[in-house]
This record gives sequence, structure tokens and C-alpha cells, in this order.
Amino acid sequence: MGTGATTGVGVRPHSLQVRRLTKAYGDQIAINDVSIDVERGRFLTLLGPSGSGKTTILLAIAGFVTPTRGQILLDDRDITGLPPEKRDFGMVFQGYALFPNMTVEENIWFPLRVRGVGRSEAAKSVKASLELVQMGHLAGRYPAQLSGGQQQRVALARALVFQPNLLLLDEPLSALDRQLRGDLQWELRSLHRRLGATFINVTHDQDEALSMSDEIVILREGKVEQIGAPADLYARPATRFVASFLGESNFLAGRLVATDAETFRIAVGDATIVQAGRPAAAGPDGDIVLALRPEKISIGRSRPGTVNAIRGTIVDSKFQGASHHVQVQTAPFGLVKVAMQAWGHAVDLAPGAETWLGWSPDAAVAVRSDG
Amino acid sequence: MSAAVLGPERRAYLGLTAPALALLAIFFVLPLAQVLWLSVTDPRPGLQNYAELVSNPLILRIWTTTVRVCVVTTLVSVVLGYVVAYAMTRVSERHRGAMVLCIVVTFSFSILVRGFAFVVLLRSEGVLNSALQGLGLIGEPLRLLRNETGVVIGMVHYGLPVAILALFSNMRGINARYQDAARGLGASPFQAFRLVYLPLTKPGIISASILVFIYSLGFFIIPTLLGGGRVVMIAEYIRVGFEETLRWGHATMLSTSLLVAVLLVLAIMARVVDLKKVFGG
Repeated sequence: MGTGATTGVGVRPHSLQVRRLTKAYGDQIAINDVSIDVERGRFLTLLGPSGSGKTTILLAIAGFVTPTRGQILLDDRDITGLPPEKRDFGMVFQGYALFPNMTVEENIWFPLRVRGVGRSEAAKSVKASLELVQMGHLAGRYPAQLSGGQQQRVALARALVFQPNLLLLDEPLSALDRQLRGDLQWELRSLHRRLGATFINVTHDQDEALSMSDEIVILREGKVEQIGAPADLYARPATRFVASFLGESNFLAGRLVATDAETFRIAVGDATIVQAGRPAAAGPDGDIVLALRPEKISIGRSRPGTVNAIRGTIVDSKFQGASHHVQVQTAPFGLVKVAMQAWGHAVDLAPGAETWLGWSPDAAVAVRSDG
Repeated sequence: MSAAVLGPERRAYLGLTAPALALLAIFFVLPLAQVLWLSVTDPRPGLQNYAELVSNPLILRIWTTTVRVCVVTTLVSVVLGYVVAYAMTRVSERHRGAMVLCIVVTFSFSILVRGFAFVVLLRSEGVLNSALQGLGLIGEPLRLLRNETGVVIGMVHYGLPVAILALFSNMRGINARYQDAARGLGASPFQAFRLVYLPLTKPGIISASILVFIYSLGFFIIPTLLGGGRVVMIAEYIRVGFEETLRWGHATMLSTSLLVAVLLVLAIMARVVDLKKVFGG
């Protein structure tokens, strides 16, 4: 029970397993045979577009949704049948759901109050929890008197004050403006590190998922598409869906023509691309799709020294502060998106300008193209 | 605001309200003034009519009965109405529409029809007693007529739709997420209700109570029909004074005291809640 005794706010790290979870509403299958392992002390994010089942999974973990099939285990103990209040999970709800009739202090006292802890007895934990999120000075306010960011902090303090088994976050930052979202991403990370607790977060925002998580589960139409660390998922998306949902990608569809020890070649129209690795994702008739990140393509006036190089015509470009995003029309691949850093380059980006694109064999990654 | 600061256009619009104001003056303010006047002049000038409020044990008893019946009616209507209104917030849009329709339809039944229907339903040989006896649940028929029980049953039938609509309009604004949040933080379903939902519905409970209580103070047909002359409430006694004993000074004094009672309830409640919200202003 370690840290809790001294600071008043501490969370024991627990592991959680979701085993072959399915939830059907009539004919509608919201989640389909989903298995997830959350290790002790991890920050795991369920990421997916709306309708991907991410919120249903979180609500099933919280106990608000009864799964049709499957199990949920907390430290190897089956909790599938437990009602929400018996699970001891802290939860930050979408929109925060702070009780409007209670002050900040009373809101944070609430989880302790329903566990039979009196107000004065709880005072120390409530105070520690408020200080954890730097809200001590606003203890007497009502939620309606707080800004969005402050409400978010109070919701966090309320979810953490009773030393829950896990912290569940349902779109915790989606109601906030961009600037604040960025700041709170740092804060949530630091909070997670200080507490050492297990966090499970749901979001549709890829930036949020990439920047905060230890591990991301990408969901699509109720199924797990891919699980991995943010950097791995970004660098090695297994499917076309992941490559386009997490960041941007160009998809180069071609036919496998030759394979040697460390590379293979594919033909796209009359161009040939050299790609590193094994053509594992190739279809039975040699069809293969490569995902190529815009920032891994170099752009220049003359033919680059890279193995892969093609000519193109600039269609348009937009300036985004740190980078230029350029659309280039090419004969074999159609429109290609290129991102280049906005300083240290002298490239003519005017529409209609002739240009060269280049990338190395290990820049792209072969992806499965199902669906 | 004086007429001088109003433009000609504004004055024309104000002129449009004149007919309504004239109607109010002739048919409401004037008679009301007459009631007040009669209560201090008939049969002779003075406050002797009002002295009866404290000196006449009959009036005291009638007032006590009235307040008791109205309080019980209010309590029963609000408690039962709370359950129905809560259910209305939790059903599908289609079911909710049907429920609202059923409630609104009850307003269109004549009070006499309802009163006699209850007589048929509640008398000793009535539908309810025969059914209960037939099922062997009771030996003797329950006495549901010509007593306060009958009056309360009839009045609750009137108060219930009012209570439901007042509570529902409050509950509709409460997000169901709050109870989920309470459960998620460790509250049992009952704790989530008692600590979170119930306090949030307090304005609805108060407004429903005021509306039903004031509404029931003025009832006289239902108490007459279902009380069978044994439960005399203030409004009925006022009618007797006007129509039968012809003691107008006495009846107008009681009317005035009823009016004051209603204003008093509103004044007390105004200290607790925002009355504009209660009446949807």
C-alpha cells in the first residue's frame, strides 16, 4: 500500500486482462473478441475512430457494460460480474461529470464518503489530492465556477483520492482547447510517472495517444487492429488502416517482381521501387502495398542520391510553421504527400514546378491492405 | 417609465394591451375588491368577521381539516409523481411521448365525471371492494368513501399529473451521467440516488409541492362528492356561506383568509426557491 500512507494520494499498481471480450446489442456487435493485457503501472490508450468500440471496452472494464462473452481479470481475479462500485476503479468521465450541487472539496470527498469516511477524517486525503493537481486554492468553488481545465483537474483528483486499483480516463482532454490539451498531456504523463499507477485512457485523438501512452491499442469496428508502443506503431504499422489513422501515409500499391537477401523490388506502373525487408505482406499473386510517411521523402530540384527516385510536378503546398506540406503529382503513384522541414531549404514550391522525390529502401513499410 | 420616454410606436403597442387590462380590472380586480369590502362591512362595518377565525371552533376545525388533507395530498402526489417522472426520464423517446400524452389527457376530464367515477369505484359495493373481497384479500369492505381517505384519493388524482409534469421538467435537465459517475466512484445505487440525484431534484420537489398544495387548497367538488358531507374543506364552506346560509360577510372573510394563506405559502417558498422557475417564468 506503499506511497498512499505517506502522501494520502497513492495508487497501487495493478494489472488488467481483457480476455476475448464481445459485446453485442442485438445484431450490432460493438466489440468483437477483443483481448488486451495491461501490465502493472502501464499507461495504455485505446485509440480508434468513433464506432470502433473503444468506449464500450472502457465501460465494460468500469462495469457499466455487461459483456456478452469474455472475461475481465484484475490481477488474475475475475471481476466480470462485479458492479462498478465494487471494482475500486477511479474514473474520469467524458465531460468530467462533476456533481454540480457539491463544491470541489465535496466532490473529491465523495468517493471516500460513500466508503464510510467522514468529512474531517477525509480532510487530509482530500487536501493531498487537491494539491496533487494544484487545485488547493479552489476547494470551496462549485464546478460551474471552474474553467474546463480546472474541472478536468478536479475530476482527476476525485478519481485518485481513494487510491483506486486503476485509473480509467474517457476522452479526458477532448473538451479542452488545443493549447490546454498540450499542457495537460504533459501533466497526465508526469502524474502517471509520480503515482506509478496503471492508467487506461480512451481517445480518438492520435496526437494524444502518441504523446502520453506507453502502449496503444488501435481499434477498428470493434476489433483490435494492432497493439504496440507509440513509436513502433508509427514506424511499423501492420495495416493500411493503422498507417493512415496514426499520422499520414502515402500508399504505393504494386506487384512483387524480385526478392533477394535483404531487399525486394516491386513494380508500380513503369517504375520500380527497392524496399528493404521481406515481402511478408504480399498477397498470393504478388500484390503488395507500401506505406511511406510524407516526412521520409526528400524533395529537390535534381535527382537525389537515394535508391528510389521519381520525378513529379508540384500541385500545391501549405506552410505549417515548422514544416511545409507539399502535394506532388507523379506518373506512377498519382498524388504523393511530402513533408519537409521549413528551414534550411531552397526548393521552388510554386505550383507547376518540376521536382524530384527520393527515399531510401528502409523508409517505407509493407502493410496488409485488408478492408 | 413615464409616457414621455416612450416613442409613439411603443405607446401604440401598449394601447393594444388595454382591452386585456380593462377585462382584468372589471372581472378580477373589482370583484376581488368587493370581496375584501364585504368582509369588513357585512353585516355591519368592523373586523368582527375576522374575529371568528380565532373564536369560532368550527372554522378552526375546517381549516385544520383543509390543511391536513392538502398536506397529505401533496405528499402522496409528489412521492408517487417522483417515481413516474423518474421513469419518464429513463424510457425511450416513443414511450415518453405516450406517457406525456396520458398525463395531459387526464386534465381534459370534467371534475364531475371524475368525482362520480370515484364514487362508483370506491363505494362499499364498488369495483375495488368487490374485487378485493372476491380475491379474499379483505373480509369487510374498506371504507373508502365519506371520509378523508376518499377525499385524498380523489385529490391525488388531480395533484398527481401536476406533480409529475413539474418534477419531469426538472429531472429532464439532469444528466444521467451523474449517477453513473457516482457508481464509478464507489457509490451503491441507493447512495448514488440519495447523495447525487435526490439533491439535484430538490428544486423540482419544491415546485411540485407548492403547485399541488396551492391547487388542492381550492378544491370543493371532490371533497363534497367523496367526503359525503363529513369532510368539509374551506372552499366548500365558503360556497355554503355564499349560496345557502347567505352570510356573505362571513364567506368573503374566509375567501380572504384563503387568499392570504396562498400568498403566505408563496412568500415562504420564495425565500427557499426561485419562484420564477417554479412557474416556468
